[in-house]
Amino acid sequence: MNKVSKSPWLLHYDASSCNGCDIEVLDCLTPKYDIERFGIINTGDPFQADILLITGGVNSQTESVVKQLYSQMPEPKVVVAVGICACTGGIFKECYNIKGGIDTVIPVDVYVPGCAARPESIIDGVVKALKVLDEKQAAMKKDGR
Amino acid sequence: MAKRSIVPFGPQHPVLPEPVHLDLVLEDETVVGAIPSIGYVHRGLEKLVEKRDFKQYPYVAERICGICSCGHGLGYCMAVEEIMNIQVPERADYLRTIWVEMSRIHSHLLWLGLLADAMGFESLFMESWRLREKILDMFDETTGGRIIHSVNQVGGVQRDMDSAMLNDILRAIKDIESQLKPVINTFLQDYTVQSRLKGAGVLSREDAIALGAVGPMLRASGEPYDVRMLGYGAYKDLSVEPIISTDCDSYARCEVRLKELLQSFDLIREAIGKIPEGSINVSVKGNPAGEYFVRIEQPRGEAIYYVKANGTKYLDRFRLRTPTTSNIPPMVEMLKGCQLADVPILILTIDPCVSCTER
Repeated sequence: MNKVSKSPWLLHYDASSCNGCDIEVLDCLTPKYDIERFGIINTGDPFQADILLITGGVNSQTESVVKQLYSQMPEPKVVVAVGICACTGGIFKECYNIKGGIDTVIPVDVYVPGCAARPESIIDGVVKALKVLDEKQAAMKKDGR
Repeated sequence: MAKRSIVPFGPQHPVLPEPVHLDLVLEDETVVGAIPSIGYVHRGLEKLVEKRDFKQYPYVAERICGICSCGHGLGYCMAVEEIMNIQVPERADYLRTIWVEMSRIHSHLLWLGLLADAMGFESLFMESWRLREKILDMFDETTGGRIIHSVNQVGGVQRDMDSAMLNDILRAIKDIESQLKPVINTFLQDYTVQSRLKGAGVLSREDAIALGAVGPMLRASGEPYDVRMLGYGAYKDLSVEPIISTDCDSYARCEVRLKELLQSFDLIREAIGKIPEGSINVSVKGNPAGEYFVRIEQPRGEAIYYVKANGTKYLDRFRLRTPTTSNIPPMVEMLKGCQLADVPILILTIDPCVSCTER
């Protein structure tokens, strides 16, 4: 990818994470890592978000919230699973209230492993998500949507 | 009487990084009641104690919460060590204390940033989190992890710090301390901050005690109670004085946490000055049998760890009462009578840690 064609807005939701990945997601926005230099900002509003960052595995109570946030986001949209819990359930996989990774509920485009995922890998994941966003945009144009 | 309406707050909310839900009962703009509902981050990891053996479990205990992870590992290990009558080497006690105090600095700086963000004071948020990075770098250097450290084990700690690392920590906290001065000034003197915090969310000393507030929340209401005074770990050799304020409002809670930052710098300096040489862990033989309660002071307040063992390598029960659990009833009380616009700040002043609370 040579250039960023869009300044994407992020929506962050903690599905059932231990906070570790959440504070690393916030860390990406602060001076040391500063993803705002790519034009990326964190928004609290799903209706304006392009990329959904989800941390933690899905449990029975957050399942509906995750589905709702996903359905409220406009097309094209990309989902990034941040941290090993969001990818597979991770260390909590055997817990009785964990259904597994985010992909058991909504389609996931980019997986960022790590416990806790480091800001560098989260940024890498978001940059990969930008590429997916471009592809989805192109596919939508082709379909005439 | 104005018409009552109910406004849902959360679980996904711009101010909170974590999901917590409140139903706010409003009369016009004034909150007359708040009904919290929790369970969005419940994983059920206390139950995992039956599937992981007691030496593996610190690994799970540290993942109860990413902010106070070092303390959770410590609390669990201390409880098992007490059951098994293990005497942890002095040096391990000191190393644990240094790491726990470093987590306190990291947690309080994180909270200060979130508070500034909730007020819309973006530059102050950035500045607090910029300073926090220096502590995370030190964690990275000494433990290999920024957030989850995995240093505690039953019988001691897994890693040692050499003198170069200890010097780096001293240099980092000196650096943070000098750069923190303008931040502290802004939090305590700035007109904007004062107008949002002063007089907001008053919790009297009697209410705080009756409703079971802990940690900075209780100390900001004027009650000098700090579990570190019990002298667990290396605190027996260090000078810990509870930091209190008698204003009882949000400003007082902010002030207490700012002063605790300075206290933690001093404690780390003192601990590094006194740290003895020697081994960092003892080998653990056999399985625990019995039960024990441990209390430690987390950045958010007193946390209680209960471990029940049955003589096999799998424990019967692990139970944790977290500071946020105790602070929710005072928070609900505090919200009554406040303005809707103040709700996010008042929720933040208890420093909620939802993933600890719900586990």
